[in-house]
Amino acid sequence: MSFVTRGFHGRRRDDDGRLPPGQHLTGDFPVLSAGPTPRIPLDEWELWVATEDGTRHTWSWTELMALAADEPTVDIHCVTSWSKLDTTWRGVSLDTILADVETAADYALVHSYGGYTTNLPLEDLLDGKAWVAYEFEGDDLHPEHGRPARLLVPHLYFWKSAKWVRGIELMLEDSPGFWEQLGYHDYGDPWREQRYQGD
Amino acid sequence: MARAAIPGGLSARRAWRPARLLERRVESASATTLVLDVTDWPGHLPGQHVDVRLTADDGYTATRSYSLAAPAEGDRVEVTVQRVPDGEVSPFLCDVFQVGDAVELRGPVGGWFVWRPDQPGPVLLVAGGSGVVPLMAMLRARPAVGPPFRLVYSARQPDDVIYREELAALAGTDGVDVRHVFTRRGAPVGADGADGADGADGAGHVRPPGRLRSADLEGAGWGPADAPTCYVCGPTGFVEAAATILASAGHDAARIRTERFGPTGS
Repeated sequence: MSFVTRGFHGRRRDDDGRLPPGQHLTGDFPVLSAGPTPRIPLDEWELWVATEDGTRHTWSWTELMALAADEPTVDIHCVTSWSKLDTTWRGVSLDTILADVETAADYALVHSYGGYTTNLPLEDLLDGKAWVAYEFEGDDLHPEHGRPARLLVPHLYFWKSAKWVRGIELMLEDSPGFWEQLGYHDYGDPWREQRYQGD
Repeated sequence: MARAAIPGGLSARRAWRPARLLERRVESASATTLVLDVTDWPGHLPGQHVDVRLTADDGYTATRSYSLAAPAEGDRVEVTVQRVPDGEVSPFLCDVFQVGDAVELRGPVGGWFVWRPDQPGPVLLVAGGSGVVPLMAMLRARPAVGPPFRLVYSARQPDDVIYREELAALAGTDGVDVRHVFTRRGAPVGADGADGADGADGAGHVRPPGRLRSADLEGAGWGPADAPTCYVCGPTGFVEAAATILASAGHDAARIRTERFGPTGS
């Protein structure tokens, strides 16, 4: 090692190799968001998917609840360096939501109530890797964690798991979302420590 | 949204730089300011933060984010660290890290929760606990003839107030207003006359201790018609409460910028 902070020993934790580089465990569930928490009445809530040719598919809250739900147990990793292992969720797989959507898109821009956006490759939403989640640890999502529903894409840094999700725009070309325009990584793989543009 | 111009090129901002401790200032029982000399620092905007990396002699590293507390002066950079009981990094930085010792630092990070000196309009700063740190960087960056700033600063008790004397001095300057809110224990009017951090409003009335209320922001801030940019920083529950008060009062959500931190075991 070329660089050492004198007197620093730190705490090594036995995480069975489940902690990506530069992350540390937390027992809490910290919050990261850029503005006030949106409040969305369920009878006004709607999820939309728009394809590159302008076709729009929508689901009301009742329609979302009628879809088959999964109960994934996953590890989550925030770019601010906390990780949380074995979190449990309930939600609908994006495979189910996108099953009948015809598209040639390679990219998705996810939109939230409140104006937040985040971009990711469409394939990262498919094959059992992503959900529209509405329960956390057996309870409805808390408002600050995305009530009534948030995206859950646990294999990417958690800012990709957009809270208060309202729509998914499918696109032929990539377009940066909110944090991505502010210098955060377009993809955000915690195992490759892709925190910022250029990482 | 336009892409934000942030000091330092991308490769410059993601490079880890050695940062040597020049000076430490104890700010309160639990907060310490570290003044660091950072090699070739690219500069930053008030509100931005940095990643700090510590490396043990066997190569083990720990990284945490800290808000920058002041505008840069060349390679001189200040962060204020709140000691998290039982934390891995903050007790080391507050209690063990000595002048002359080094960590590594990269940044600046974050282009949303920033105040730009050319930005028009008044500014309302709402701080909970050590959430005052990035807001202090904004206050310190405000030019003498600048837009009006108001700070509402909630702390548990007077002893927990960070930057006490400097805030009292700033409160006496044109265009800056500082109000303290104490949640657990206030102080009698004039009990510590030098700082004004006594829980009193401008008319000398004592505000009973308690969590932030809408009156605290209505009395001190501007209304929605004045269109202030609001910066709210603190623990999650505090930010939720303050941002909800502002949004309910009619402030445009697009002008309410928040930065939240939870107990992250740091």
